[in-house]
Amino acid sequence: MGPATAVERRERRLHLLLLLPAALILLGLFLYPLAGVLFRSVYRDGVTLAYYRQVIESPVYLQVILATFQTAGAVTLICLLLGYPLSYVLASLPPRRGRLMLTLVVLPFFTSLIVRTYAWMILLGRNGLVNNSLQALGLVADPLPLLYNQGGVLIGMTYVLLPFMVLTLYSVMRGIDPALLRAAESLGARPSVAFLRIFLPLSLPGVVAGCLLVFIFSLGFFITPALMGGPGDLMIAMLIEREVEFTLNWSLASSLAVVLLVITLAGFALLNRAFRLDRLFEGQA
Amino acid sequence: MAPSARVNPGAEVRVERLTKTYGDVAAVDDVSVTMAGGSFFTLLGPSGSGKTTTLMMIAGFTHPSRGEIFVDGAPVGGLAPQKRDLGVVFQSYALFPHLTVAENITFPLRVRGTPAAEIRRRVGEILELVRLVGYDGRLPRQLSGGEQQRVALARALVFHPRVLLMDEPLGALDRKLRTHMQIELKQLQRQLDVTVIYVTHDQEEALSMSAAVAVMRRGRIEQVGRPAELYESPRSRFVAEFLGESNAFEAVVVEALASGACVVRTPDGLALRGVAVEPPRAGQAVDCTVRPEKLVIGGTASGDLNHAKGVVEDSTYGGDVTRHRVRLEGGGALHVKVLNQLGAPVRASGDRVMLAWSAADTRVFARDLGRA
Repeated sequence: MGPATAVERRERRLHLLLLLPAALILLGLFLYPLAGVLFRSVYRDGVTLAYYRQVIESPVYLQVILATFQTAGAVTLICLLLGYPLSYVLASLPPRRGRLMLTLVVLPFFTSLIVRTYAWMILLGRNGLVNNSLQALGLVADPLPLLYNQGGVLIGMTYVLLPFMVLTLYSVMRGIDPALLRAAESLGARPSVAFLRIFLPLSLPGVVAGCLLVFIFSLGFFITPALMGGPGDLMIAMLIEREVEFTLNWSLASSLAVVLLVITLAGFALLNRAFRLDRLFEGQA
Repeated sequence: MAPSARVNPGAEVRVERLTKTYGDVAAVDDVSVTMAGGSFFTLLGPSGSGKTTTLMMIAGFTHPSRGEIFVDGAPVGGLAPQKRDLGVVFQSYALFPHLTVAENITFPLRVRGTPAAEIRRRVGEILELVRLVGYDGRLPRQLSGGEQQRVALARALVFHPRVLLMDEPLGALDRKLRTHMQIELKQLQRQLDVTVIYVTHDQEEALSMSAAVAVMRRGRIEQVGRPAELYESPRSRFVAEFLGESNAFEAVVVEALASGACVVRTPDGLALRGVAVEPPRAGQAVDCTVRPEKLVIGGTASGDLNHAKGVVEDSTYGGDVTRHRVRLEGGGALHVKVLNQLGAPVRASGDRVMLAWSAADTRVFARDLGRA
């Protein structure tokens, strides 16, 4: 490649200029606070590792972190099991109808999360719609404990995060050429075999991306577990909020946040190595 | 050659009254045609003529509204695509992007539970046949367009299908590669003795490759025949204009002669002799066509030929040929194609010339009112 011409240089400058707003926002709203969190986690009237020691030595924190990961994992799995067939159907509809249905999936985002969470609490409560219906039908004698426990948390979080899974899967599945499945069938594959050998592997980048998205969102969930969970369903975000709001221990809250971040990044790096995610996404191009 | 011996002899494909309607629109309208076993049969037509829909119905991806498809005499209309044992090469090739060349090609064998040793043998054979030895481990995206095309072909042939269906398989290749692949495909078809049903909108491709061509238009078959038959004796103005180039003009029958021959008069007042497809009636409004290369410049007036005087209005040099537009005395214009051979006289704009052509090359058709 020869030396950059004046036109090329001007174009490059323009590109940098276009990146500037995003860079400023990232710097001001993400990197600066993150630096603050890192700083506070090791500094309070002098540099100290006491807060990290507290996080690591006290079993409560690690237990909550573990429970957080378990909940996030369960939510991710449920979202995948519900979202995959749904996305498959949406992606095989004619494009216009597929987009319309997809809009319906995303529609809940237009109302506030708190309103939607309270709506679920009304539905799932002891005298809620679900329990009343079940009792009226004589299917259960006593109201089922649907709220203020792990089940309630899973229902609420799955409900909020399912659209992210569906959107991600849908876009990848739409990109799979329908001619590939027809080709497989013309070559002698039953539809089920064509799905397993061709469609499923080609949709894997969507599965991985959707799961990562839902899992990472789940880790930081606060409102839903706080409202729909029981006293035992503490998530790490709730613990951090407690430290900030009630004990005013910002340094402990910061070190908890850092530990969560490190574990998440480490998990991502491991996954990346195991599944070669970067290559997976490249293959889509 | 060894591989050819093991391939099933090509099956005859017959479609009977095949129809596909979408709402009120008939994409394929009452099509009946027999495609001989072991032949290269082309469905040719402009886009929207129903050629791909016909192919997809034979493959089993589109369900006919009416009619039946027979492969070697047995109806296959009720069979799922995977039970029809037909190889299909798609326009987009439809290679599995996550599988290597070898995995793509072995796919039809694996789903059939072919033993591993047999798979290895056949893949070796077919890779040699399509000249892709050593490409086993590559992914489709690492191949050029022509190589992808050959993988698609190998994959569709490796399980020895009775018929090979091809949907505009060369459409995505550049001109030179396309010509090269046309020759290769034709050789392969002869060597394997497989029936090929080929869909294209490229009339040159259809003429050069096929044993027989069905020209389709608006869901119907306009004419079926050998390429030379279609080119020299088109049965409609549409076929005459779609295959190759044609001068077309309107006329009125003056006199009907024996065996389809007739005399017509153009609006310019030119009296011409021609050959009608259907017995003509005096006074009938007709369309006439004559191909540009059938016209000769500078002929002398003799009784057997049609003649017209005119002035060269425009000449376009095209390397092997030169195209002239000749304005006739009556006002009409004819295009003339002259091969640039040794001794061919050079014509310039403004030259007064005499055109001559044979009556047999003047095709006369009943006025086609359905013309778009």
